[in-house]
Amino acid sequence: MQLSMLLFLLSIGLTVIFGLMHFVNLAHGSLYAVGAYFAASLAAVGGYWLGFFLAPVAVAGVGMLLYSGLIKRMRKSGPMAQVLVTFGLIFALLDLTRIFWGDLALGIAVPDIFQGRTALLGVEYPTYRLFIIVLGFAVLAALGFVLRRTQIGAMIRAGVDNDVMAACLGINVERLFFIVFCVGCALAGLAGAVAAPLLSVTPDMGLQILIPTLIVIVIGGLGSLKGAIAGSLIYGCVQTFGAVLAPQLASVLIYALLAAVLVIKPVGLFPAKG
Amino acid sequence: MKRTILAALGLATGLAVPAAAEDLKVGMLLPFSGVYASLGNEIETGFNLGIEKFGSETDATFEIVSEDTEVKPPVALGKAKKLILQDKVDVMMGIVSSGVLGAVRDMVHGAGVPLIVANAGNDEATGVNCSPYITRMSFSNGQVNRPMGKWMFEQGIRKVYTLAPDYAAGRQMIGGFTETFTAAGGEIVGQEYTPFQKTQDFGPYLAQAKSSGADAVFVFYAGGEAISFVKQYDSFGLKADLPLYGSGFLTSPLYVNAEGPAAEGVITALHYAPTIDSPENAAFVSAFKEKTGRAPSEFAVHGYDAARALIEATKAGATDRETLPPPCARSSLTARGDAFDRSRDQQYRSADLCL
Repeated sequence: MQLSMLLFLLSIGLTVIFGLMHFVNLAHGSLYAVGAYFAASLAAVGGYWLGFFLAPVAVAGVGMLLYSGLIKRMRKSGPMAQVLVTFGLIFALLDLTRIFWGDLALGIAVPDIFQGRTALLGVEYPTYRLFIIVLGFAVLAALGFVLRRTQIGAMIRAGVDNDVMAACLGINVERLFFIVFCVGCALAGLAGAVAAPLLSVTPDMGLQILIPTLIVIVIGGLGSLKGAIAGSLIYGCVQTFGAVLAPQLASVLIYALLAAVLVIKPVGLFPAKG
Repeated sequence: MKRTILAALGLATGLAVPAAAEDLKVGMLLPFSGVYASLGNEIETGFNLGIEKFGSETDATFEIVSEDTEVKPPVALGKAKKLILQDKVDVMMGIVSSGVLGAVRDMVHGAGVPLIVANAGNDEATGVNCSPYITRMSFSNGQVNRPMGKWMFEQGIRKVYTLAPDYAAGRQMIGGFTETFTAAGGEIVGQEYTPFQKTQDFGPYLAQAKSSGADAVFVFYAGGEAISFVKQYDSFGLKADLPLYGSGFLTSPLYVNAEGPAAEGVITALHYAPTIDSPENAAFVSAFKEKTGRAPSEFAVHGYDAARALIEATKAGATDRETLPPPCARSSLTARGDAFDRSRDQQYRSADLCL
């Protein structure tokens, strides 16, 4: 379940960027790894919460640099060029983290309030994992609220549906997309920061999480909030129950499901409209 | 005697090579990316330290060509081919993963290029598929865990649940443990192999271990997976009812810091610990600390011993592919000193048998 939420935080950032900007950012997983490293470094200085709050900001900063340096130019080029460039970016970021932080894994201690376990429905569950689940739902609610109920949300939706028309109505689509991109990056950073105490912080953690994230998006449907949450829950359930019920098949099950979804509904279970 | 052979070899190939002052090309096959990247770096550091420390004892100089195996057997096989055919290395050194060693074994044996294994414990490489060209400076997978089975039974543990990543080393490590534990009278109540390099959440496996009715859990994990496992084991609060045992890679000095308090109370067995009390080890530990500022791990020792073996071999007159293997197999100087030579007899013996 907490794996689902981690994937949700990641896939939501990726799907927001893709759905709204039609930009395929494969380097999203690397931003997650960078977030984990920022969180680990900051936590070493000022404790867990410093990393938790500042890592997303720092990753958004990295996103800003990437956007103005590279992605702005790639926005209008086709998906193939975007995939190639961001795929290259994965390796560049991977080696940069390795140069800055080295290959030795870093660790963060779980903050004191989330130490230990909480009894839930008669089952003892690590409190920190509960925190991740709650955090995931909070982010989901916040994003849903912003997109559906606020003016910025309306502007973003307009920009997605028809960016030329939206621009005619006086909406600065370019700036809107820039903000959206930074928010997506910040979500990746947040996912990295919350994952760091649970997993070990290693340079290739971004590569490891990339494929699950892409699976989530393909299952859920590109560019939709509902798809991201459904996809990550399905992925988490299949992984968890697969590991318990059919351990030999655990690593195959999710690909089988992916294939089934692609056959039955090629656009994913909850595709964005339009 | 050796010189005459060498001279004859030199004449035969049309190259008049002097026996000493030879430039030896060493192909280094280590993971610099993937789950075992830190292990690869640690071995390289140890190897360089060994060359630095003992290099003056020999006239030979070493040219090192590094290749990244990425912990992927097919990738490593391609890199091994490149080192042997294109770079024409005299000797290869490295290999962290048992799976990788299994993949390159036939290539190495067929090409007749000596390989000094500096970590991978693949039982078959010095067992059923033993090759005279392969010398190991580290351990066999089964060897590390066999004593633990007997010992745990003697401690009163009767039912054990085992967990390991699903690849050659995982199966052989657990196999070694299971063999002696069941022979002593213990029972394995559950055994699970997690997808290698793909498992980040051990939660479901831990839940199964808990409900299996075992007295203890025995695992093999290394690198990044070891850190995640130990932390998650602690976070589920299993340690009190279900003590955690494993091979020592689980709590290697290389990543025990990242594990923090979660590693307290975990009992593991291994062929090396930086605290071994021998003059050779003391010299090694202080040299390593001076260089990196931290205690060496078993991986550093493997690299260091590999360098030492190479130097001893060149001192005995080895200069190229043809002359290297026998002296390599004979040298038995280690940073661990005498106390640990006995545990390695098996390796040297099997290498000798091959020759």
